[in-house]
Parts: sequence; C-alpha cells; structure tokens
Amino acid sequence: MALITIQDLSLGYDSHIIAEGLDLTVNTGDYLCIVGENGSGKTTLMKTLLSLQEPAGGQILIGDGLKRNEIGYLPQQTVVQKDFPASVKEIVISGCQGRCGLRPFYSKQEKQLAMTNMERMGILPLKDRCYRELSGGQQQRVLLARALCATGKVLLLDEPVAGLDPKVTTEMYELIENLNREGITIIMISHDIAAAIRYASHILHIGSSVFYGKKKEYLESDAGKFFLLQQNGGKES
Amino acid sequence: MIDKLGMYLQYPFVRYALIVGVLIALCSSLLGVTLVLKRFSYIGDGLSHVAFGAMAVAAVLNLTNEMMLILPVTVISAVLLLRTGQNTKIKGDAAIAMISVAALAFGYLLMNIFSTSSNLSGDVCSTLFGSTSILTLTQKEVWLCTVLSVVVVVIFVLFYNKIFAVTFDEDFSKATGTNSDGYNLLIAVVIAVIIVLAMNLVGSLLISALVIFPALSAMRIFRNFKMVTVCSAVLSVICALAGMIISILAGTPVGSTIVAVDAAAFAACHMAGMIKGGVRK
Repeated sequence: MALITIQDLSLGYDSHIIAEGLDLTVNTGDYLCIVGENGSGKTTLMKTLLSLQEPAGGQILIGDGLKRNEIGYLPQQTVVQKDFPASVKEIVISGCQGRCGLRPFYSKQEKQLAMTNMERMGILPLKDRCYRELSGGQQQRVLLARALCATGKVLLLDEPVAGLDPKVTTEMYELIENLNREGITIIMISHDIAAAIRYASHILHIGSSVFYGKKKEYLESDAGKFFLLQQNGGKES
Repeated sequence: MIDKLGMYLQYPFVRYALIVGVLIALCSSLLGVTLVLKRFSYIGDGLSHVAFGAMAVAAVLNLTNEMMLILPVTVISAVLLLRTGQNTKIKGDAAIAMISVAALAFGYLLMNIFSTSSNLSGDVCSTLFGSTSILTLTQKEVWLCTVLSVVVVVIFVLFYNKIFAVTFDEDFSKATGTNSDGYNLLIAVVIAVIIVLAMNLVGSLLISALVIFPALSAMRIFRNFKMVTVCSAVLSVICALAGMIISILAGTPVGSTIVAVDAAAFAACHMAGMIKGGVRK
C-alpha cells in the first residue's frame, strides 16, 4: 500500500469548496511538489493532510505503517516566532513532544535524537543561541530539525524558501534533496516552479486545472505548459 | 526600620498578606511569559474586569460565598478569549477589550442600582485597586490561596514542555499529535484562577502589571525560554515582597506600590539588557 492515498478529496472552508476531485498517491521516497496560483488551496491541502482541518469530501488514507502523528511539518513562520525568546535546543527538542503523550519530560533518547538532528542540519554549534537572533536560513534549519524530530518518514514543507536570498535558497533545496535521498518522503508547497521542476519527482498542480503525475508528464501537459509560460512571462516574481 | 518591620510581622494579618502576595506574584509570573508571547498581555486586565462584574452580581444577589460565582464566570470568559483558530470572528485584542469594558460597565451599573452600602465609590475603588482586602484575609483564605498556588505551580512544572511547544507553534504541535486545544484550555483555566486570586492583592486594574512586567523584564535579559521563565518568577516574587514591605513601612497602598516596584525593575532590566548585548527587540 502507498504511504498516503488521497481519494476524490474536496477542500474548502465551511460550504465554500476551493478544490475538488483530487486523486493521488504518495509512495515512500517520493518528492512531491504542490504548485498552483495563490488561493488555489495549496495550504488548505497541507492542513487537511496534517489533520488540522477536516476534508470537505473524499478521504485521505495512510499506509506503510505511518501513523497520523509521524508526519513532520515545516510551517511558514508566524509573527509570534519572530521574537520568541527560546534557544535552538529548546525548539528542536519540542519536535519530540508528539512522542511524549502525557509524559511530562523528555527522555534520554529524545534528547539524543534532537542532538543528532541538529548535527544533520549543521546547527549544532548554534544550539545555545537565541532563535530570534539567527538569520532566516538558520531559522529554517532549526524548524527543519524540529520537524525531523517528529518524523523519520514524511516531511511536509510549506514554502520552505520564502524570504530567503538566492544562495541560502539553493542551500535549503540541497538540504531537502539530501533528506529525500536518505529515504524521507517530501511533500512541498512551492511558488518556485523552476525549483519544483528541478528537484521534484512528482508534481501536483491545483487551481483552475488540476494535474497530478510525474515531472516529465507535467512538462508535457497543458496545465504545465500554460503555467510555465505564465511564469516565464514574468507575471510572478 | 527593622524594628518597625519586626513589630508589624507580629500581627498575623501582615504575615498572611506577605504569604499570599508572594504566592500570587509567583503564579502570575509563570504564565505571564506565555501570555505575552501569545499576544495576550491584556487578558489579565480583561478577565479581572469580568471578575469585577461577577463580584457585583454576587453582591447584588447577596451570595454568601462570592467565589462560587466569580470563579466559574471568569474561567468561562478565559476559555472563550483564548480559544483561537479560524472560527473566531472577533480577534484577540478586540475581544478582550469588548468583554473587559462591558463587564466593567455592567458591574458598576449593577452595584449602583442595587446599592447595598452607603459608600459606593469607596467599594468600587477598593475592588478596582485592591486597597485593603489583602490585609483582611482570614486564615481559611490563606490556606485556599496556598493550595491553589501549589496546584498551579505543579501543573506548570509538569506541563512546562507542552506549554512551550503549544506557545511556540500551535499548528505544529497539533499536527504532530499534541492535544493543543486541551493545553490551551488548561492555560485558560489556570489564568482565570490566578486572576481571581490576584484580585485580592492588587485589585482588578493592576493585575495586568503582575502578569506582564516580570515576563517583559526577564525577556530583556535572557534568551532562552527556561531562563526567562525562572527569572520572571524570581523577579516577580522579589518585587512583590519589596513592594509590600515598602507599603507597610511607608503606609502606601499595597497594589500600586508593588506595580511601581515592578516598573522600576523593568527599567533596570532594560538597562541591563542594553549593556549586555545592545538593544534587542
């Protein structure tokens, strides 16, 4: 069975449906990019996958022994986080919270896991630094390390490179690609279609036209051609 | 001066006041950090006005045990205010302002219409600024306060890591299987209990000061959550103690003296923070 199977999913708030009839499967090791115009329901899809929101119709099945709380999540930064007085270590280990249940304190293994993930993201030297004093790229690495504490299988990334400069953006993409090579399934929302085409294995395009399939098929599809044309025409960044 | 203090300490009501004051300062500062970071600095003020309104209703109804009404009403308001999410039509600050002003107005209106005492403005003033009630505590109230404070501290220590996770990133915690709504509810209930307790000490109007000053002061100096929390607790206890001793010796009102000391401590911490590492926001 596939890791995540989405069947005839509809997305929306209250009675307002943004997108419907989504069908797709994500297998272990995939790198799925979700692209589409603003307001097409990318973030809503992500929230539904994370069960932060009920689907308006259809269903999401998870398999391969994946549990609901084993999905790592890299959210967009909130205003609250920008001046939060917390050290890198404290934030990374908070990713283990889902494992704790009602247990009040972190175990030795969890502390070790946090250390390992900080090392993996190259932020071990920063572990006692204050989160709000780090650069944008470093902050993303911290949040990525936290997401890795929550999962060893699937990462959902919501515009991981928003607001980063080109050099840091490339580093971030390489970091994510490495994680994918290590066997972690990646699902990423992106505005950056060029990067999506470069790194992803599968592409989901939602909006006026819906497309799901391998990258190569996307480039040949109408939705893909049209979207690429638009992007190259300079309508968006 | 020491003699004078020693003399006052022989009176049980002074000792009670000191104990209760320290405990309340400790409890309010613990959750203050979370509230300030969640942009709910003003919730203390809002809820204390609700408690004031409830107190007025209790007085009008001639209830013997006012707490029976005040506590549930405040808890419910706290839950409603802290319930975040997409479904709230009126956002944080506006909701707090609305509830707080409305409760204050209704409370005063009720007290005025069904006035039972001849000195109405005196009554209102002492409820708002907590002038003397801390000096008239009974032994039973001191015990109640002690037990509730211990419960608050124990809850805070046990759920410290969860409170941190939920405060820092609610969506992430929820997505990875932490019961965020449950912990938000817990925070709301604890806040309400603290505020009802604190009304005795500094009165409705100055509760916000007890909640936010220590947290803000600690955030000037320290950069990780644990140290900020510890520092704000320590600072709050010291300020409350100093404020009360000054007010006893100098004969000033207890509530406002404590807040004045808190404000002075904030100024000091701000300076210390600037010297330590440049201006931080």
